[in-house]
This record gives sequence, C-alpha cells and structure tokens, in this order.
Amino acid sequence: MRRLAGFLLMSLTGVAWAVESIIPVQEVDVDVFDRDSLRRGAITYVNYCQGCHSLKHLRYSRMAKDLKIDDELLEKEFLRGQAKPHDSMFTAMAGSDAEAWFGIAPPDLSLIARSRDPDWIYSYLRGFYLDPSQPNGVNNAFFREVAMPNVFAPLQGTQKPVVKREGGVEAIVGLELAEAGSLSPQEFDAMVADLVNFLVYASEPAQLDRLRLGKYVIAWLILVMVLMYRLKKEYWKDVH
Amino acid sequence: MAKGCFHNLREWIDQRLPVSKFFREHLTHYYAPKNFNLLYFFGSLALLVLINQIVTGIFLAMHYKPDAGLAFDSLEYIMRDVNWGWLLRYMHSTGASAFFIVIYLHMFRALFYGSYKKPRELVWLFGMVIFLLLMAEAFMGYLLPWGQMSYWGAQVIISLFGAIPVIGEDLATWIRGDYVVADATLNRFFALHVVAIPLLILILVVFHLAALHTVGSNNPDGIEIKEKKNAEGIPLDGIPFHPYYTVKDCFGAAVFAFFFAWIVFYAPEMGGYFLEHPNFEPANPMRTPEHIAPVWYFTPFYSILRSIPNKVGGVFAMGGAIFFLFLLPWLDRCTVRSIRYRGPYYKTALTVFVLSFIGLGVLGTKPVTMTTTFLARFFTLNYFAFFFLMPWYTRLDRTKPVPERLTEAVIPLAKREGFGWRWVRRGLAAIESSEKYRRLRSQFDLQLGKAKEWYEKKQ
Repeated sequence: MRRLAGFLLMSLTGVAWAVESIIPVQEVDVDVFDRDSLRRGAITYVNYCQGCHSLKHLRYSRMAKDLKIDDELLEKEFLRGQAKPHDSMFTAMAGSDAEAWFGIAPPDLSLIARSRDPDWIYSYLRGFYLDPSQPNGVNNAFFREVAMPNVFAPLQGTQKPVVKREGGVEAIVGLELAEAGSLSPQEFDAMVADLVNFLVYASEPAQLDRLRLGKYVIAWLILVMVLMYRLKKEYWKDVH
Repeated sequence: MAKGCFHNLREWIDQRLPVSKFFREHLTHYYAPKNFNLLYFFGSLALLVLINQIVTGIFLAMHYKPDAGLAFDSLEYIMRDVNWGWLLRYMHSTGASAFFIVIYLHMFRALFYGSYKKPRELVWLFGMVIFLLLMAEAFMGYLLPWGQMSYWGAQVIISLFGAIPVIGEDLATWIRGDYVVADATLNRFFALHVVAIPLLILILVVFHLAALHTVGSNNPDGIEIKEKKNAEGIPLDGIPFHPYYTVKDCFGAAVFAFFFAWIVFYAPEMGGYFLEHPNFEPANPMRTPEHIAPVWYFTPFYSILRSIPNKVGGVFAMGGAIFFLFLLPWLDRCTVRSIRYRGPYYKTALTVFVLSFIGLGVLGTKPVTMTTTFLARFFTLNYFAFFFLMPWYTRLDRTKPVPERLTEAVIPLAKREGFGWRWVRRGLAAIESSEKYRRLRSQFDLQLGKAKEWYEKKQ
C-alpha cells in the first residue's frame, strides 16, 4: 500500500513537472575546414565527453592527421591510459557500469552528427536547466527527461526555465542563467559550437577529401561534356 | 603491318565466333530513328547506372560483412578505413536513387510515345520484370547497412506478406528465416542482393534488348521507320546506331555524370532522401523509430498501401498498382502511339496519372494525417482510373492524322497547337517586347561580342 501511494505521488509530481518546451532549435555555423575550431572541439571532447561516450569509428591517428595535431600534442592532450595512436577513441567506462549508473549506456557518438541535426546537438548541449523532479536535478529543453547530467555546468553555470502560459497551456519559452559558470555565455556558446563542429567532422572524416575533390571532378566532367557535345555535332552534321 | 595483324586476328576470331556479325547487326547496321530526343537518353543511362552498381558493388562486397553484429560497423569501416571506400559507397547509394530516377523517366517515355504498343509488347513486359527485380534489389540492398531504417523498413515490408490470407504468416516467416528480421534475414538478403537478383536483371536486360532489336525502336512520332526503305533496304529515316547514337549517348552520359558527381561529392545524403538520417543509427530491435518511411522511390506505392484502411486490401492495391502496368499494351485501344497525334482524353489522363504518381510519392514521405489520407485516397483513385478507364478513353479519343515520315525530335514552339501553347507563346512575346528584356538582351549581346573578340584575338 505504501509503495502504491509512493508510486502515485511520484507520478503526480511527474505530471506537475511535465511542462513542454517550445524553444526553437538554434542554428550553429559548422565549418569542417576550420582546423583550429576542430582542434578546440576535439580537446573539449576528450576532456568532457569521452569519459562516457566512445567515438569508436574514429582513430586517434586519423584525427591527428586530419586536424594536423602533432605527436607531442596528441600524447599530451589526447592519449589517456593505455591508448595508442592507432586505437579507436573508446571510452574507459564499462557499458555495464554505465547502465547501472545512468539506467542506459551512453551512446557512441561517431555518427551522432549524421543521425541528428548539428543545430539540434548545439541546442541540446546548451539546453540543460534545473529540474528537481529529475534524478540528476536537470532536465533538457530539447531532450525531455534525458539521463545525461549537465557535464558543462561548471563552465556554463546553471539555467532555470522561463515558463509562460500560452493558450491555457504552460510551456517553457526560454532559459535564463540562474548561477554564472566560469565561462561567459559567449565563450560557452563558442566552445559548444567548436565541439559540434568536431562531431560533424567525426561523423564523416572523408568529407574533407570529398568536398576538396568535388570541384576538380565537376570541372573535368564539364570538359568531357563540352568535348562530347562537339564530337556529337561533328558526327551528326550530315543527318538532316 | 600492325593493321594486317589486327585484321588477321579478327578473321581468326570471326571464323570461330561471330563477333563482327554481332557488331554489324546490333550497332553499325542497326538502324534507329533519327529523331530521338531528350527522353531517349534514359535507356542507355539505365545501362550505365547498372554497370556502376555492379562495379562499385563488387568492391563494396569485398569489405562488407553480412552479419547482424558486424554489418553496421563494417560500413563505417568502408567509409573511413578502406581507400576510396567512401567514394564507392556514395556512388553505390547515389546510384540506387539515380537508377529509379532514370527508370521512371524511361517508363514515362514509353507512356508518352506509346512505346509499349504492338509490336513492342514483349519489350515492355521484359522491362516491367526488370523494374520489379530492381525494386526487390533495392529493397534488399537497403537492409544491408543494418541501420534503424533498414531494419524497421524491412520489418514493415516483410510483415505485409503476412496480410495475404491463409499462407501469409508462414510466408513472411519463410522470407525472414526467423520470426523477426534478424541475422538470417540479413544473410539471405545479402546473397540475393549480390548474386541472384543482379544475375536475373542482367539476363532480362539481354532479353529486353534482344526483343527491342527484333522489332526496332519506337520514336517521338510513333510510326514505323521500317515501312519506308530505300533500294538497299535501309529505312529512309533510320541512322546506324553506331556511331550516331553511341556518340550521342556518350554526351548524355557525360551530362548525367556531371549531376551524379555533384550529388556524390556535395550532397550524398540529398537532404535525407538518398541516405536517411535514422539509418546512421545501428539497428535496434527493441526501439521502433517514431516515423518509418521507405526511401523516396518506394513512396508512391507505400502511399497507396497506406491509403487503403484494410491491410489485406492495401497490400493487394499496392500489388495492383504495379500489376496493371504490365497490362498496358492490351488496355490501350488507341490506333496511334505517340502523344503528338493522340487526342485530349489521353493527354488529360496521362497528366493526371503523372501528377497522382508524384503526389503519392510526396505524401509517402510524410506522417499520416487526415489531410494526407484524403489526398492519398484521391490520388490512388486517379492512379487506378488511368488503367480501368483506359480501354474506353483511348478508343473514343479524337486522334490526329499520323505523318508518313519522321518529323522533328522536338516540335518547335511556333508549331505547337492547343490552348496552353498559345498562352505560352503570348507570354513569351510579352516578355520579349518589354523594355527590361530588350535592355538585358542588348547588354548580353554586347558582352558576348566582347568575349568573341577577345577569343579571336587570342587565337
């Protein structure tokens, strides 16, 4: 009976806090040819994300080559524990531990920027706010009741929701700073943008080659097109 | 000396294998109508895409692992660690969509110029079987990346077989090799995708071409060039396929390659239509995606399926949508082939049919709402009306007299008849007489003159 009452109470609080968010997704500028931004994003990734989220389809060596990271920096900032340059960027956390701690294993993020929109990732990472009803004490405006804690809280500070009543329904229309972090909002946004940029790169390292090569292939095909057209004209000049 | 050597070799082979005879019969002395237009490029382009799929497919199969535990990761291995693997994969995935674009236009050409009509019924039937095989090939290939959409798309489509009365459930289980889509399904789809179906497609392409070369190509006028021959028995309006059409098709191939490369290098996902976003997440049998949609080329048929409230009915309607295409040569009672000489009934019917097909395709990518269901039913009705009413409207249509000899490849605007074209002509005339156009035109001519001068000076 007590358990049932507790369950009812919990579900009641759940209902009370289930306020929908209507904050629109914010756009982020992504430029995978901005190597400085990618390097900054990569360092943020290994320091704040890789503890839980693997990037198993990316090798340290591939990243170092593409981002022009020298051996010294790779050793100092990226390779932790037993990791070797040709290893994939795994996480040190065991999947079973993760499930016990968070209820769900943190997903691998190798392809996150392809399955999710980069704008969404940017908004999501900046979208945590205080919500005492949640196990972590935080909720997210773009991923309701997410199991992930706000790892950027020391940098970003904490946010609280701005709730407005619209058409008889309460909704979160924005987030405001409750307590400042060690970075200014501009610095924090720039940091998250770099991280998103890195994730976009990590989701398809080949895009650097692809986008670079494309113009030569297209130019060559235009030449072929012109030649073929003139050849056709030449052959067809006696057909009436 | 070298030429003599080559000649001797050819003699030697020809005495043992009729290579020269084959080339003569099917290329240098195969006479094709001389007025092929844009719509006639898509046959040779389909062959080009088929070759692209086979070649890139062979290299992909060297690195791909048809195993539920390894498939998704092996694809990323191809994308990242295999030299030029990303290019092979994008050429293959873009090729799949390109195949359907090309084939749909190829089929539209047949409807437009009546290419399926007597004596080309077998050409059409073989083509339809290729289309059916192509759909199976694409569907099975789509499971191989083993992403969320691969998995759930296959789950939904195979479960449709379960709707067939009596044998349905057993049939679906037999196809899957398991009670749900699983490793067994992936493995057999791989075998069918890389061996069985490509082999059948190749055989049918041979039949399709052999039947075509027996009766000869149709043309934009829909008349037989074989009826007017010169003293040597060569059609007056025919030109040898080689070199005329080989060189023309090479130009078409170059234009196609330009667009193809553009997509491969700059938009391989094509905004989520060629490669769907949820498919970059590994298959998870425990979590159904919010919105399951097939790839764009299946959406017209998927829309027809969804528009019927009853599952069995939906499956039969979807099957019927393809089946009735097979019957076209016998449903069409018109005496002329080409749209140029058909009457207003067929023109209207074909316009409605094409718009319905596109409409169904667009609706198939959207989640179901009241409005989309209503529209999908409306389009489905139109789609089937095109076939059901065909024997009547084609017979009653007021056709125009057919010319004796071939006319233009593309009818010039000035010669086009009918209400719509009159308005187009008036509109163009209004633009041409406007002050702004004249100013732009004189500017353009000036710049063109300068460019020509510069070019001549350089030479």
